[in-house]
Amino acid sequence: MDFLVSHYNYWIFIFLMMLGFYVVVARGNLVKKIIGLNIFQASVFLLYISIGKIFGGTAPILIDGNGTDPVIYSNPLPHVLILTAIVVGVATTALGLSLVVRINEAYGTIEEDEISEMDLEP
Amino acid sequence: MIAAHYPALQIVVPLIAAPLCVLLRRGMLAWLITVAVSWLAFFIAIQLLQQVMASGPISYELGGWAAPWGIEYRIDSVNAFVLLIVTGISAVVAPYARATVDQEIPEERHYLFYSAYLLCLTGLLGIVITGDAFNVFVFLEISSLSSYVLISLGKDRKALTAAYQYLVMGTIGATFFLIGVGLVYAMTGTLNMADIAARLDAVENTRTVLAAFAFITVGLGLKLALFPLHLWLPNAYAYAPSAVTVFLAATATKVAIYTMLRFVFTLFGADFALDVTLLAEFLMALAIVGVFAASITAIFQNNIKRMLAYSSVAQVGYMVLGVSFFSVTGLTGGIVHLFNHAMMKGALFMALGAVFYRLGTVHLDRMRGLGRQMPLTMFAFVIGGFSLIGLPLTVGFISKWYLILAALERGWWPIAALVLLSSLLAVAYVWRVIEVAYFRDPPANHPKVTEAPLSLLVPMWVLVLANIYFGVDTSLTIGVAESAAKSLLGMGG
Amino acid sequence: MRHHVILRVVAKLGIPFIMLYALYVQFHGDFGPGGGFQAGVIFGAAFILYALIFGLDNALKVAPMNVVITFISLGLLLFAGVGVAALFYGGQFLDYGVLANDFVSGQHLGILLVELGVGITVAAVMIAIFFTFADRGR
Repeated sequence: MDFLVSHYNYWIFIFLMMLGFYVVVARGNLVKKIIGLNIFQASVFLLYISIGKIFGGTAPILIDGNGTDPVIYSNPLPHVLILTAIVVGVATTALGLSLVVRINEAYGTIEEDEISEMDLEP
Repeated sequence: MIAAHYPALQIVVPLIAAPLCVLLRRGMLAWLITVAVSWLAFFIAIQLLQQVMASGPISYELGGWAAPWGIEYRIDSVNAFVLLIVTGISAVVAPYARATVDQEIPEERHYLFYSAYLLCLTGLLGIVITGDAFNVFVFLEISSLSSYVLISLGKDRKALTAAYQYLVMGTIGATFFLIGVGLVYAMTGTLNMADIAARLDAVENTRTVLAAFAFITVGLGLKLALFPLHLWLPNAYAYAPSAVTVFLAATATKVAIYTMLRFVFTLFGADFALDVTLLAEFLMALAIVGVFAASITAIFQNNIKRMLAYSSVAQVGYMVLGVSFFSVTGLTGGIVHLFNHAMMKGALFMALGAVFYRLGTVHLDRMRGLGRQMPLTMFAFVIGGFSLIGLPLTVGFISKWYLILAALERGWWPIAALVLLSSLLAVAYVWRVIEVAYFRDPPANHPKVTEAPLSLLVPMWVLVLANIYFGVDTSLTIGVAESAAKSLLGMGG
Repeated sequence: MRHHVILRVVAKLGIPFIMLYALYVQFHGDFGPGGGFQAGVIFGAAFILYALIFGLDNALKVAPMNVVITFISLGLLLFAGVGVAALFYGGQFLDYGVLANDFVSGQHLGILLVELGVGITVAAVMIAIFFTFADRGR
């Protein structure tokens, strides 16, 4: 029981990841797939940031007048990695949505099964 | 001394050229910049390969920060070989692109096309050259996003759905890779590849590292189109513009295979993969099933671009088969097939691009009698096809030779027999095209077609002659591949 | 949405402050949360708010598409240019320490310029994405 409670961030990460993955796979609407992809990526951000947390840590900035006293600070590296990943996610979403707009103009629909049917015609 | 900065310049030159193309706005200028940058990048890659073969691995620290704290570009024989492949293909595709892009893409988008092409080139080169695990993810996404854009510029509206499907699957693959890298960072505290390799030994048997290994291999497996995860590839290659298909077919999956080699052998270590996980068995099984499934599907395709795309999935199976032996011969075969397949598929897709340029379609029915109307183009296709089958004097033979040798070394006769059997399947689908092109009459009511223009023929034949040259004189490719295989397995050299 | 008085007045009051806040976030990235990406998005949000309230045509008069696209390239060239300038001054690529007289102020200058380049590109990209989508529908 203690194992479940103390690792709650991992459980949330797994739940969100599977939720996003399920939406991508199970929903036929192209926009819903992109939303699922976003949830999937957001779960990864939560994983990184939650494992980078140091309890009692402060921001990693030199404090004037502290001399050489040791300071516990949070690791800035996971935050930087996630910043990059968020920007990648934004770019992917923008690209995906623009493709959906173009597909809508070309096919008249954004349901995957209707598009597959239209593609089967020679 | 500018030579000392070649590793950085390899990335920076295409990276700066991309926004320059956007600023200059003219299609012609953008094309000239692309050709110049591709040739410059090829020159730099040759210099880097020569330096690595002469004096060992090169290490370049970005920003002057020493290795585990800063991002390090690390080049050894494996890297340098793949850099040569990517830049070489780009150097040949860039001149080829002009005629096909003029025909397939509206004039006002040309500068955007070349800008996306240069960004894709930057991304692919970055994945290969970097020595930092997260940097691989960043460049992977740069190359993936620009390839989604490039694919969606195809004329057929199916290019849009193909690009969308590739986007969804590619993003899932890259995110799996990101999860794996995150877990590795959590266990080792560093992102530098050499540092991770040193620190992973202590924590090898934890479940986190096993999970990280699984996530990384599945994510990369999706990017390199390993058998059940290859579903994005046929549509993406079939409906993309011709120049894009040539470039991506010859480079994108190779770079992903290189990344898998780097992570499995250098970071996790061959012993870990062999003893603790079942990676070798999985890869071998999936590779063989992939070769057969993809080859059989290829035989039944009427759209020749789609047929060659399925053939690419089969060839990726051969490369992964070579890797799964975990022996020097097997790895040499897999690595040299990276080079050989780039030559083969590059030439084949270029020939198809020329056919599309003249005919407007690549449907098998319309290609009747093409052997007489476009003799040079179809002869290039024939030689490329011979290479796919693996006939002697072509590069395809060299790869299959090493794969069979690796299987016989272990005493695994069935594997060698399966490799030979699959070559017969390749005969089937190559023969379909040859028979229609040479032994049928041209359709009566369609206008006559002439040979492809020189700007398409010259790059095509450069690749075809490279096919034959490197099939006869294998000292360069086998030498580098063997050195790369030995360094991956930790045997020095 | 021009005829909604409250929205129009609040937007007119808010947009300059949003832009000012974006500049604050941009240049305080080394002392607190901030930096190029965040500032770029906030700055882009100001333009997008203007386009939402006052209409796309007015927004396009303020920020024409080819100007926005030019800024995308300029930001990226600024970033890469700082890296190449470091090469000319004798350091490695992106080695900011050699850009000024001593290491610390060189690093400071380098990071400021690089983050500025990132901020410009991100702001321009956000604006360009919004304008492209909005233009398509009408």
